[in-house]
Amino acid sequence: MARLRSTFAAAAVLLGALACAGPASAQADFSGHWAPLFHEDHPERLPGPELGDYLGIPLSEAGRLRADSYDADRISVVQEYQCRPHAGDYMMRGLSNMRVDAVRDPVTNRLVAYHLRMGFQEMERTIYLDGRPRPSANAPYTWSGFSVGSWQDNVLNIYTTHLKENYIRRNGIPASDKRTFTEHWVRHGNYLTVETVITDPVILTEPLVRSQTWVLDLTQQMGRDICETAAELPGAANTVPNHLPGTNPFLHEVADWYGLPAEATRGGAATMYPEYRKTMGKPANPPPAICVRYCNCGLNGGSCNLQ
Amino acid sequence: MRRFVLASLAFAVLLASAVGSMRAQQPQAGAAPPALETLRVQRNVYAIFGAGGNVTVQIGDEGVLIVDTGLAASSTALLAEVRKLSTRPIRFIINTHVHADHVGGNVGLAAGPPDPRPDFAPATGTNAADPLQPLNIIAHERVLNRMTAALPPLKPGQIGGSERLRGMPLDEYFMPTKDMHFNGEAIVLYHEPNAHTDGDSMVLFRGSDVVSAGDVFTPDSYPFIDIANGGSVQGEIAALGHLLQLVVPAHTEEGGTYVVPGHGRISDEADIVEFRDMVVIVRDRVQDMVNRKMTLEQIKAARPSRDYDPQYVTPASFVKADQFVESIFRGLAK
Repeated sequence: MARLRSTFAAAAVLLGALACAGPASAQADFSGHWAPLFHEDHPERLPGPELGDYLGIPLSEAGRLRADSYDADRISVVQEYQCRPHAGDYMMRGLSNMRVDAVRDPVTNRLVAYHLRMGFQEMERTIYLDGRPRPSANAPYTWSGFSVGSWQDNVLNIYTTHLKENYIRRNGIPASDKRTFTEHWVRHGNYLTVETVITDPVILTEPLVRSQTWVLDLTQQMGRDICETAAELPGAANTVPNHLPGTNPFLHEVADWYGLPAEATRGGAATMYPEYRKTMGKPANPPPAICVRYCNCGLNGGSCNLQ
Repeated sequence: MRRFVLASLAFAVLLASAVGSMRAQQPQAGAAPPALETLRVQRNVYAIFGAGGNVTVQIGDEGVLIVDTGLAASSTALLAEVRKLSTRPIRFIINTHVHADHVGGNVGLAAGPPDPRPDFAPATGTNAADPLQPLNIIAHERVLNRMTAALPPLKPGQIGGSERLRGMPLDEYFMPTKDMHFNGEAIVLYHEPNAHTDGDSMVLFRGSDVVSAGDVFTPDSYPFIDIANGGSVQGEIAALGHLLQLVVPAHTEEGGTYVVPGHGRISDEADIVEFRDMVVIVRDRVQDMVNRKMTLEQIKAARPSRDYDPQYVTPASFVKADQFVESIFRGLAK
């Protein structure tokens, strides 16, 4: 009887220990080299979005004016922009190869973090899984932010704060330093899907949901990507190219080129949803008969036909 | 036996749920910071938040140097925070500008006990009677001028003296820069003319690679361009440009030189760029409106900063949108 009792006690302790250890058996392993797939939103992500294209972005009035004011000369005239990397939310969006390393506690061998390294601008990011507290609000904000992950079955949910100002879309739609974002990482065999939900109380009126897919690449070699700034316009100090409100001459181009209603290109929460097509009205100019911009993007491994 | 098995299983479940609960109780983002919070910036330099304006503290074998002293009401708590970092004597205070949330603690800190070491605390003589010594309070001369001008006039028969000048930055400088060496590193003060005020200093800790910027840079709020104390938007932009020259980012354009702003979080180059760009863009808009002969009231009604207001103005903000726009207008109208 005593032996039976001790056996049950040991089993109970073992059961408790397993429960405390978390769902280790269900956790996916995200470590490895990953190559981004181009099929989703390719023109926006690789060659870059058209100026004035805010379609599908739940822009606030403030966000829209900030974007309208953007002058692309800023990224060369303002020297500090030249080597600016993507922030934590956009680095998962931009088409950059990625290496994910599992970080393990040397004593317990528990997974305590994933460390990411991106090809573009050599960005690095750590997703903590050890439950550490977030830094103070007075601590520096970073491009990658502070990310803490937790498991839900085999899905890794990540919440990121402490992000520097960056961009939602690379045509001047900014991302404020008040934003946070949530990710859901899911692995299906050799495919990794990352869903990103950005909340920005300054720039957006609703959360912005986007997804990106990657494929495991066992032969991937990531080299260096070194960027060096240079003053290109002597005497331009404290000059910040910008369009005064109502004077940006490029905002109509995307509607003209693609035959879209101008109002649709101005974005807003309604433009995120498929039903918007029923109410968005007709374009001032009809769509071109044949594709003239960004044709065949990503097909047959080719780049875009930008005329 | 069955009861024991059930009890064992219940214990296991309780243990698991307790651990889960502990995980769920991690501090959440945005939790209110403590009344005073000290963070290490890097190397010899720390920042203390919550005393009014931000306070920068440099420590080392030679003693303690403090940039700005917060509000007078916070000086006791501030001194306690400083003493957690170092028990060495406070040798220098530097005031970045004249406002009370940056100089208010001068008197309280200057009245602290003299250096306990025998070599530095003579039992007799002037130093023993005057706890100001050997503490030096440094600022640009325009800070001293404005602080002395604000003193109540002497009454008939009353004379001045050290008591009246306690907490004044008597170690003033009047050239564009002042440099010193303390705790093993060069420290350079730069006067930024007519920026936030007319007496702003930025303090570069060259070895620690930290700049204490004062209220020229406030990453979470619009700059307070104090026209009455000699500030101007053009000087503010020039000072921010100079700050960008002083800071050098590290790999991936972040870190490197860190900046302790007058208010708000520890920052680096990218944060200053966004702030400078905001000031320049709003200035450009106001300038355009001035060129079109719009009045101040018309400009305010046009809300030229409306796209930045949600980021830089909160109900608790000291500078509201209209004040920011008006300060730009008045600076341009000079």
